[in-house]
Amino acid sequence: MNPLTLTHYTLTSSLGAGLEAHVDALRGRRSGLAPCAFESARLDTWVGQVPDQQLASVPVSLARYDCRNNRLAHLALAQDGFDDAVSEARGRYGVHRIGLFLGTSTSGILETELAYRHRDPKTGALPADFEYAGTQNNFSLGQFVQARLGLSGPAVVISTACSSSAKVFAAAARMMAAGMCDAAIVGGTDSLCLTTLYGFGSLELLSPAPCRPFDAKRSGISIGEGAGFALLETASMQLGGDAIQLLGTGESSDAHHMSTPHPDGLGARLAMEGALASASLRPADIDYINLHGTATRTNDASEDKAVVGLFGDRTPCSSTKGATGHLLGAAGIVEAIVCMLALREGFMPGSANTEQVDPALRVHYLLDNVQQAPGRVMSNSFGFGGSNCSLILGRAG
Amino acid sequence: MRFFVESVGLLGPGLAGWQASRAVLLGTAPHISADVPLPAPELLPAAERRRTGLPVRLAIAAGLDALAHSTRRGDTLASVFTSSGGDGQVVHEICETLAGAERQVSPTRFHNSVHNAPAGYWSIALRAHPASTSLCGYDWSFAAGLLEAGAQCVVERAAVLLVSYDLPYPEPLHSKRPLEGVVGAALLLVPEKTREAFAGIELKIEPRVTAPTKMERTSLEALRARNPTGRALPLLRALAAPAATTILLEYLSENTLRVEVEAL
Repeated sequence: MNPLTLTHYTLTSSLGAGLEAHVDALRGRRSGLAPCAFESARLDTWVGQVPDQQLASVPVSLARYDCRNNRLAHLALAQDGFDDAVSEARGRYGVHRIGLFLGTSTSGILETELAYRHRDPKTGALPADFEYAGTQNNFSLGQFVQARLGLSGPAVVISTACSSSAKVFAAAARMMAAGMCDAAIVGGTDSLCLTTLYGFGSLELLSPAPCRPFDAKRSGISIGEGAGFALLETASMQLGGDAIQLLGTGESSDAHHMSTPHPDGLGARLAMEGALASASLRPADIDYINLHGTATRTNDASEDKAVVGLFGDRTPCSSTKGATGHLLGAAGIVEAIVCMLALREGFMPGSANTEQVDPALRVHYLLDNVQQAPGRVMSNSFGFGGSNCSLILGRAG
Repeated sequence: MRFFVESVGLLGPGLAGWQASRAVLLGTAPHISADVPLPAPELLPAAERRRTGLPVRLAIAAGLDALAHSTRRGDTLASVFTSSGGDGQVVHEICETLAGAERQVSPTRFHNSVHNAPAGYWSIALRAHPASTSLCGYDWSFAAGLLEAGAQCVVERAAVLLVSYDLPYPEPLHSKRPLEGVVGAALLLVPEKTREAFAGIELKIEPRVTAPTKMERTSLEALRARNPTGRALPLLRALAAPAATTILLEYLSENTLRVEVEAL
């Protein structure tokens, strides 16, 4: 693919609001995980929650979209000058020529969960103020962000579980290459809800301690929430030394099991190979890999096989889920932006919470930060249903 | 953006597969509304087959109907699944469980609740490793899927299977989102004018100035208006007897997706 430029980006998670908070947290190897005190959940697990008091209501004119998920998006869009950057882009391209490609896995389902507690005792009806299209529907996020940013170009929500907001980069790049838009906003938001907390609990995948990716004693995931957005433009835009580029994307299907990765990481390898091919790069060209690294026994073992099989055991790798938790549908965009920060700031983030790397795993796993500037990095996102996506990002210089 | 159609799949009330449905769409055969049987796909291993819900069966049946009219192997095709509502039955059951005292969510229901469940089961059934995506665009999900599948086909120079599916929610969600009819549609798209291609499609996004193309038959127009996948029916009618024609699909609140159909 022709490289595209990421001219502006922002993110929010339990580590904090905005880019600088994330740089500080990653440099300090801080984790945003805390014992789960979300809503009425009674589960022995840790979560990466954004404090409720930070989640201001959405603008009154968009009240029908008011839910935790869209509040998170609203918070993120107001950070790091992103609104202003979109405003300039609107002037440059026109509102019809900016595409919107967003990922979420559960959208505003929390509103539906709460509404089911208040059904009419006689008829079973949901409360009159329950707003389906503005909250539960996956495209609620798309409609909200499109209205919030004043855009009217192509817009879609991708919902492929934990690869959702990685795949938005591939969809946006294709739509730009096909000439259907001239620039794109990519992003994603996922928020804590009882469906994912109790659902992952039922699969016995929730860690009772803060998650420890690639650790010998890893015991499952910690669920987090967050949002991230980036403005994607063609590479002919003026390139500063700090400019980050999208160099390649790769997508694949495991075709193995709905909730367990392929044991040898077959689909993961196909996605990574696809990303390298689309960037016209070889494995040796990649300086750092931000792993999917969920900290389940099976994910980390399968991803390890796939990475070692393709890259050998010398490419520095880490998962930043020990810091943020697993952001599910927002993991792709948030980890892509973590990679952009690693490229911009010139370091490779180590793994929060991981104490001792599992001796059965062979990748070159970073426990501590490495003060060495990567030039090209890969970010992996793999989801339920065997949906895999790998991205390659690099410095323009 | 221009690409070509090699085959079509269609299932819905009184629309029992593409071959049987063509005359119904064209108005030369009566539309007798009857449920289409949706058995669990034989292609799935027994354990997976037992776990499939209606949306998964619908999506797979629509995709297989398109494959039945093609010489292409399913495991070679990239796929785009699109649906407004996904699996409303599973969402309903999970929300009921979560509103109760025990909160014992079934693991199978949870993994079936992801929007890409049909894509996951499809890849397992067909042993398909190529890229697959799953989209939602509310009432405009079919148009969004056609754009994504078209872009993928044109940019990656690959054959892409588009599957759109939507079915009614159970109460109490149905009152909030009253979808009607169990409708699945599939299009096998290719970037070149191959021997099997029978129609060309050109897509343009335009600001909305006129109403979308409708179905003449009231029973089919009702499906079009009340089911997001039903929005595909005017395009499928055009493909049932290809001739140069223009179909207008509503796309988001302010746009129209102009679909220029060309007979080959």
